[in-house]
Amino acid sequence: MYAYDEIDRTLVNERVSEFRDQVQRRLSGELTEDEFKMLRLQNGVYLQLHAYMFRVAIPYGTLATNQLRALAHVARKYDRGYGHFTTRQNIQFNWIKLSDLPDALADLAEVGIHAMQTSGNNMRNVTSDQWAGVAPGEIEDPRIWSELIRQHTTLHPEFSFLPRKFKIAITASDHDRAAIKVHDIGLRLIKNEKGETGFEVLVGGGLGRTPFIGKTIKHFVHGRDLLSYIEAILRVYNQYGRRDNIYKARIKILVHELGIEKFSREVEEEWQHLRNSSLQIDDEVIEDIRSRFIYPTYEKLPHMPDELRQAAADPEFEAWRKNSVAPHKVQGYSIVTISLKPIGAPPGDATADQMDALADLADKYSFGEIRVGHEQNLALPHVAKRDLPALWKALDKLGLATPNVNLITDIIACPGLDYCSLANARSIPIAQELTRRFANHELANLIGRLHINISGCINACGHHHVGHIGILGVEKNGEEVYQITIGGRADENAALGNLIGPGVKFDEVADVVEDIVEAYLALRERPEELFVETVKRLGVEPFKERVYATR
Amino acid sequence: MPLVNGGKIADDSFVKLAVDTPLPEGGDILVPAERFLGEAEALLKRGGKIGVIWPNNRDIAELVPYLGKIAVVALVFPSFRDGRAYSQARLLRERYNYRGELRATGQVLRDQFVFMLRAGFDSFEVKKQADAEAFMQTAKRYSVFYQPTGDGRITALHRRMQLRHSEGVGT
Repeated sequence: MYAYDEIDRTLVNERVSEFRDQVQRRLSGELTEDEFKMLRLQNGVYLQLHAYMFRVAIPYGTLATNQLRALAHVARKYDRGYGHFTTRQNIQFNWIKLSDLPDALADLAEVGIHAMQTSGNNMRNVTSDQWAGVAPGEIEDPRIWSELIRQHTTLHPEFSFLPRKFKIAITASDHDRAAIKVHDIGLRLIKNEKGETGFEVLVGGGLGRTPFIGKTIKHFVHGRDLLSYIEAILRVYNQYGRRDNIYKARIKILVHELGIEKFSREVEEEWQHLRNSSLQIDDEVIEDIRSRFIYPTYEKLPHMPDELRQAAADPEFEAWRKNSVAPHKVQGYSIVTISLKPIGAPPGDATADQMDALADLADKYSFGEIRVGHEQNLALPHVAKRDLPALWKALDKLGLATPNVNLITDIIACPGLDYCSLANARSIPIAQELTRRFANHELANLIGRLHINISGCINACGHHHVGHIGILGVEKNGEEVYQITIGGRADENAALGNLIGPGVKFDEVADVVEDIVEAYLALRERPEELFVETVKRLGVEPFKERVYATR
Repeated sequence: MPLVNGGKIADDSFVKLAVDTPLPEGGDILVPAERFLGEAEALLKRGGKIGVIWPNNRDIAELVPYLGKIAVVALVFPSFRDGRAYSQARLLRERYNYRGELRATGQVLRDQFVFMLRAGFDSFEVKKQADAEAFMQTAKRYSVFYQPTGDGRITALHRRMQLRHSEGVGT
C-alpha cells in the first residue's frame, strides 16, 4: 500500500475545493455547459443516458480497506447502493447528482481517493498488474514507478489539454496482466546487464475505432530517465497529434502516419534536450516513494497446511480454489481472485454491502489490502493458505465465490446501451445470457480458459478486439447487430481478433458463441490446447463454417 | 477583453495589427508571425515596443533569433481545449530562455490560469471580466505541484527530499 503524506493530501483537497467552485459556477450559470463539460471530464464526471456518471481512480489497482469502505459509503449515500469496476482499474457510480459530487469527492479525499483525470483529454489513471508486488517471478514491484508516474501526470501543466486521452500501463512480469500492448504508452520493467532497472517502452497501442498493437519505441530506458522520456513522447504528441478529427487524434494514429522510425527520431531529439533536466530521477526519490509503500510482515508458513489438505475433500471448494487461487511469491500464501461475475448478473458490479464485507475480510485475511484488475474482478493479494477454506466460506455467503475466474463466464463488458450515451447496442444483457448458457461449471471447466469481451459500440471500452471471443454491438437500420471476432488476446502475445463473418442479431449472439465453442471442443488437439491456440493453429475458417453452415 | 499583467488587471499599451494594417507612426504593436518574419528588420528599427502573435501550429524555434529584441510573445488558444501553446510556452521559457512578456490569448478562462502560470505565461487576455477579477484568488488555489517547470515552484518530490534531510539533521 502507498500511504499518502501531507503533500499528497493537500493536493487532493485543493482539487476538491477547485471542483466545488467549478460546480458552483455551473449551477449559478456562470459557466456554460460547453465550458463546464471539459472541467467535469477532467474530474471523472460524464453525462450518461439517465444521469451523471462518476468515475473514481484506483491508481494501479491498489486499495486499502478504509478506501474500499469509502467507496461503499459513496455508493450507499450518493448512488443506488452499488458500483461498477471498469477495465482500467477505476470504479464508476451511475446515478449520482451533480450537486452531490463535491461532497462525494470530499468524503473520498479523506481516505486519499480522487477522480482526477479519469476522463477527458489528459493523462489518465495509470494502471498496472493487479498482482504487482506479490506475483512469483516479478522483477520488482512496478507500483513504485506507477506512483511516480501518477504524481508526475497529475494536473500536468503542459499536457492537460492533449489532442485526446492518453493511457499508460506498467508490468514487471513475463506474463502481462496489465495489457500494456493496447495502451498509448506501455512500459515493461526490465533489468539491463548491470542489473539496473529500466523499461522497454511501447507506444501507439490502443483499441477503439482503429485498433493497433503498441510498437517498441525504445528497448531500454533507464529508470532515472523514465519521466523525461515520457515527457518527450507527450511533447511530440501534444504538438503534432491531430486535432482536426476526434477519431484520428490518439497517438496511435500519429505513430501510424509518421511511422515508428520517424516518430521515435522526433522523440529522441526532444529527449536529448530533456534527459539531463530536473526530470532526472535520483535513487533517493525512488527510495522515498518505496518507503511509503507498506508491505506485510509475512509469517513463516508451510507450503501445504492441514486446513487446505482437509478442505481438498470438498469438490465445491476445490472448484473454486482451482481457478481463483494463484501462487504467491511467499511460501504459504496465495493470491485470491474474487469473481465479480456471478451467473446472470452484470459483470464488474459490487454492492456497497459486498464492498464493506470484503473490506472486513481483507482486514482479517489479506493485511488490509485489495486489488482491482482490468478483468473487472477484485483480488486479495496476501491470503495465508491455511485461511483459504474459511475465506471461501465467507465469500460464498456474500455471493463472491463464483468459481469462474478465467473461464468463459468471466466476461468483460462495457455498460453498453443500458447506461452509456455513446453506445449503439446493449452489452450487459448479452453477458448475462452467455453466463446462463455456460452456467454449468463442468462444461465451463471442460472448455478451459476463454475470455469473452463485449463492447456496445466502436469505442471498445469492453476491449472486444482483444477478447478470445470479441463481441461488438453496432446499430444497423435501427437494429442492434453484433460483430463477432475470434483469436484476440491482451497479454504479452497481444493480437487483434479476426471477424468470423457477417454480424448477427441480439437473439442469436449466444447461439453463435455456443457454436464457436462446440467447434473448438471438436477441433482442439488435446484438452490443454486453449481456445486461442486452436484459433491460431487453424485460423478463422473452420469456425466460420460451423457458425454459418446453418444460418 | 481585460488584460491581466503582473497579477492584476492592467492597461494594454499594445495595438494589434493585422497582416495588412498600415504601420502606425509610434506606439507599441503586436504583429502576426508571418508579417513579423517578413518585415522583421524594418519593424525592429521603428520606435515603440514590438510583440509577435505566434500561432500554435508553427514551430516556435523560428522565433529564436529575435527573442532578445521583442517585448511580447503572444501565444494563441483558439479553444481552451487546444493545449499546443503550453508546449510552446515551456520551450520559450525553459529551452530558449525568453524573459520578456509571455501572453496567453484566445479562449483564456479562469480554470486554465494555474496551468498557464506554471508553463511560463505572465500576462493573460482573459475572455470574461469575472475571471480576470478572480485571477489572484485562482492563482493561489494550489500549493502543491508534482512537476518541475521553469516557473521555479518547488515540486512535491523536492519538498519531500528537503523534509527528509532536515529531519536527518541531529539524528
